[in-house]
Amino acid sequence: MKILCAVKRVEDPEQKIKVKPDGSGIVLEGMNYKPNPYDEIAVEEALRLKEKQGGGEVVVVSIGDASFVTEMRHALAMGADRGILVKLSSATDSDGAARLLAKVVEKEKPDLVICGRQAVDDDQGQTGQLLAEYLGWGQATFAAKLESLESAEEKNKVPGLQIEGNTVKAIREVDGGLEFVQVALPAVVTTELRLNLPRYASLPGIMKAKKKPVEELTPEALGVDVAPKVKVRKMSSPPARKGGTIVPDVATLMEKLKNEAKVL
Amino acid sequence: MSNVLVVAEQFEGKLKKASLHTVKAAQDLAGRTGGKVFGLVLGKGIGGAAAELAAAGVEVLTADDAKLEHALAENYAKVIEKAAKETGATYVLAPSASQGKDILPRVAARLGAGMASDIMGFGGSGADVTFQRPMWAGSVIAEVEIATPVKLATVRSTEFPAAEKAASAGAVKALALPDLGEAKTKFLEFRQVKSARPELTEARVVVSGGRGTKGDFKPIDGLADELGAAVGASRAVVDAGWVPNDYQVGQTGKTVAPELYIALGISGAIQHIAGMKGSKVIVAVNKDAEAPIFQIADYGLVGDLFKIAPELQAAIKAAKG
Repeated sequence: MKILCAVKRVEDPEQKIKVKPDGSGIVLEGMNYKPNPYDEIAVEEALRLKEKQGGGEVVVVSIGDASFVTEMRHALAMGADRGILVKLSSATDSDGAARLLAKVVEKEKPDLVICGRQAVDDDQGQTGQLLAEYLGWGQATFAAKLESLESAEEKNKVPGLQIEGNTVKAIREVDGGLEFVQVALPAVVTTELRLNLPRYASLPGIMKAKKKPVEELTPEALGVDVAPKVKVRKMSSPPARKGGTIVPDVATLMEKLKNEAKVL
Repeated sequence: MSNVLVVAEQFEGKLKKASLHTVKAAQDLAGRTGGKVFGLVLGKGIGGAAAELAAAGVEVLTADDAKLEHALAENYAKVIEKAAKETGATYVLAPSASQGKDILPRVAARLGAGMASDIMGFGGSGADVTFQRPMWAGSVIAEVEIATPVKLATVRSTEFPAAEKAASAGAVKALALPDLGEAKTKFLEFRQVKSARPELTEARVVVSGGRGTKGDFKPIDGLADELGAAVGASRAVVDAGWVPNDYQVGQTGKTVAPELYIALGISGAIQHIAGMKGSKVIVAVNKDAEAPIFQIADYGLVGDLFKIAPELQAAIKAAKG
């Protein structure tokens, strides 16, 4: 089985994001980058499926400038077999990314594509679904594991997705509960936080990753116009909530809630 | 003319409240572009939901069919595409809930449209309408434009009030279904989280628990019951399997904006704050005086939630007399 995972480079979600005074973007000085956390979950799930089946190939695709290779090497160090970098010279959006991925899928013909449910930079959450529609495939978004991330199943690295015949079974986290679906392969799955806990890259893994092949492609070679449909005109900081009062006890809190905030 | 189509959400034949908040957003948008608002309800046995939506003065199309009983994105996208074309919609909006997030991007691909997720407001008018939406877990509010003729968006319910009942209800018409073909996705089962409490996104008061509960939600439940509140949770406790995923408040969970949000044993990671900072009044209880939650809480109480929550519960009970 061949599984393709999309990995995006994002600003470290633990870092504070500040808007430039002129609203043209965010302050990038001193910024650290990481693979999108949801995409790491996607790579982990692909590796577990491969391990469970005792074979197959995990291919990682990144879309961005040459610096994105760092995040791709991280996925290769986790155990992915090879990488494809689609080199961009100008910005694109979720739709452009999905159309590029669709072309890569046509070339690679994977059985399954696993993407993060959203990238934690633009928070759009569209690429997997756009890709599924462009390919005419079924999808299972927000896939999770039935057991908790502290369960024995998770410790034993049991995948949350189940390959059954020519289908994939997934448990989707949706409003009001869990939805169980079965999707014919090839299919697109997007990952929820509770699908798995991604492994760390081992030192031998990191060494091996340096030798794994990374193919470079361009939008032009793939025949995709990446001009974004959605453009950010201006960025601003949200109105700040000012921290309030520390109250000494429950009696004072009750008094404040009743007479000052008037919410009781 | 720039008509607006609202893709409503229903569950077991009842309209989800978020749909009426999306109608309000659509009315705001139509006011800017001079168009008309239409509604679309999909499912099986949805007459009641369609009537509820029409009561807001919206002309409603229904797609009522056994094939649409479960919200499979492949099928729903085809129906929504057809409804958008038939209503001459320039804008298609859906609530920013798990269903809309799942389906609307597929509609965007079908219509060649750009889409903005989780919008909080609009700017401009006429052909130059912009959308406000959060990025980086709400650390940034972006003003975005969509360059395609048809524009799609999911709408954050907490940012728009519910549409009121109109003097006269809109007409309800059945939409002739497009050919749905054979879906590649099969629905197997829905395991619902049953709760007697109000829905998290609609509650006036929310009581949330975090790591500090160590998995014991009794103090949270007790306080919530006393207040008639919904119960929420931080990501950590959902990951640990202590409470169902449906409880999660935050960047990828639910966005809530109640009158009163009480956070117990929650440190206040930015991913959690993204989902609750629109609350009118925030109370935080945490053992750690340095917890970031205190920087955004209106009232903070440093201490053990296992001692404070029951005390607060008793005080509220006493105040009710």
